[in-house]
Amino acid sequence: MSQPESAVADAQAGGRSGQEPLAKLAKRYGLRRAIARPRFPVYLRQLWERRHFILTYATSRNVSKYSRSALGQLWQVLTPLLNAAIYYVMFGLILGGHRGIENYPAFLLTGMFVFTFTQRTVSAGAKSISGNLSMIRALHFPRASLPLAYTIQELQQLAYSMAVLLVLVMITGEMPTWFWLMIPVVLLLQTMFNIGVGLVVARLGAQMRDLNQLLPFITRTWLYASGVFFSIQDKVVGSAQLPQWVANAMYLNPAASYIEWMREILISTHNKSFGHHPPTMVWMSCVFWAVFALGFGFWYFWRSEERYGRG
Amino acid sequence: MAELTKELSQVKGDKPAVPGKDVKVHPTPEPQGKRPLDVPTGTPTVIVDDLHIVYRVYGAASESEKGNAVNALSRLLRRQGRPQMKEVHAVKGVTFVAYHGDAIGIVGRNGSGKSTLLRAIAGLLPPHKGAVYTDGQPSLLGVNAALMRELTGERNIVLGCYAMGMTPAEVREKYQEIVDFSGIDEFVQLPMSTYSSGMGARLRFAISSAKTHDVLLIDEALATGDREFRKKSQERIRQIRESAGTVFLVAHDLRVIEQTCNRVIWLHKGKIRMDGDPEEVIAAYNKG
Repeated sequence: MSQPESAVADAQAGGRSGQEPLAKLAKRYGLRRAIARPRFPVYLRQLWERRHFILTYATSRNVSKYSRSALGQLWQVLTPLLNAAIYYVMFGLILGGHRGIENYPAFLLTGMFVFTFTQRTVSAGAKSISGNLSMIRALHFPRASLPLAYTIQELQQLAYSMAVLLVLVMITGEMPTWFWLMIPVVLLLQTMFNIGVGLVVARLGAQMRDLNQLLPFITRTWLYASGVFFSIQDKVVGSAQLPQWVANAMYLNPAASYIEWMREILISTHNKSFGHHPPTMVWMSCVFWAVFALGFGFWYFWRSEERYGRG
Repeated sequence: MAELTKELSQVKGDKPAVPGKDVKVHPTPEPQGKRPLDVPTGTPTVIVDDLHIVYRVYGAASESEKGNAVNALSRLLRRQGRPQMKEVHAVKGVTFVAYHGDAIGIVGRNGSGKSTLLRAIAGLLPPHKGAVYTDGQPSLLGVNAALMRELTGERNIVLGCYAMGMTPAEVREKYQEIVDFSGIDEFVQLPMSTYSSGMGARLRFAISSAKTHDVLLIDEALATGDREFRKKSQERIRQIRESAGTVFLVAHDLRVIEQTCNRVIWLHKGKIRMDGDPEEVIAAYNKG
């Protein structure tokens, strides 16, 4: 077999010259490109049509995640409980970060649980495309289904950890108030934000593999900047003597905003230390980030829709 | 060119006097052993125009460093470029037109780009250069990638059906049919990880074949399991093939291709080596 491999292909190409180009032939018969990005509204509709797949996929992942352990689904409650215990021992008892904060356990736990929701969604989202290449190369569906399913999976887990959080906060002495009815609103806004960020990191993670290695570093930095263990107001303006706008800017960080709003709802004494900056700023920041991240996330992810299969 | 003529004349010599009974659209093969590309023999359903596919392969080195932020950062700073990323040029300028009613077999050695070509036709891999035009949405037969071993057969059936784009009503309608066809009976309540490999293959095939498609792409080794099931699934593939407008079949078993296809494309290292009547192409393929 000594002939060039391309001999036949070349012969074909040569034989075709002078005839109708294939693109024209395709157009004449109304054929469309096999891989084409639908317009944005069409894309969102296709995504909505796939809602059953997204939900089933999220639930299935949650079920299969604990299926090999003896305690099974109980881990959904045990994991946040154990986390809470470690944080409390570490930051509450050993490091003594509670100075100036009444009901430090509730302060810490609220911050930690709220932040964990965003952090877990981000790290799951970054793997949602790159970890499912075989599926993307085998089946048709709007690719945003995957990061969405991963966010919903985390949301399902959150239902358990929120229940744990509410019980723990009540143990620390907080009693339910009418303000607690706002909890779903905050979680809804945070979920919107998480979906948006999840979509952005899903595209980034698909295109730059190093993101998965860098993410733990980024989220840890984010954790420290979001005032999970300390009060931003006390540390920045009180201890460090920095101007008030620095603290305000830090509160505009989406994670800090969601944490702060949740603390305001759950912890009655938290409102006192809140006097320095207007709470309206916090909730406006929450709404802004939710709407902005959701819109931008879908658009940004959609822009690359047809390229995710390449890897 | 002289060598090509030699090969083609060989092919011509192998041509039987009577065309095979499976040849439906083109009873008389072209004298050169390949079909002209756009002779209006029917409605074209798939047009592949000078298609090039390049995809990326990543080395396994980065896996061991996962989760360590310091490592990740230092690696990023230290390194220029991406040494462990390789680009694979899997399909290099493939051109052909498929018509309604065609059953096209794709043969070629491992790594010749057969599966990649199918994925590009299905619109799952973006072309590096060139284009694929299709009528409707071609689908790959197979849902393996969406299934989860830890889950019960029941859950996997529902998940697989949704992954193929069915509605809840369709899933309810097809569910019992899938269970019956797979013949796994009460095992449907157990996780798929407890199935024997034959049972798993049967369930996967039953789910995959529950949906009808316009243009169907079948990748090899679908019909697995015991002999009885293989017969059953080949019968099912035949039915699916008849209901689909155009079928592409990748298989290593040349007998299957000879039995079911009316046209064969031989891919070699990402290029078309031969395209035409099954008996001619397979005869040449067996020699080469």
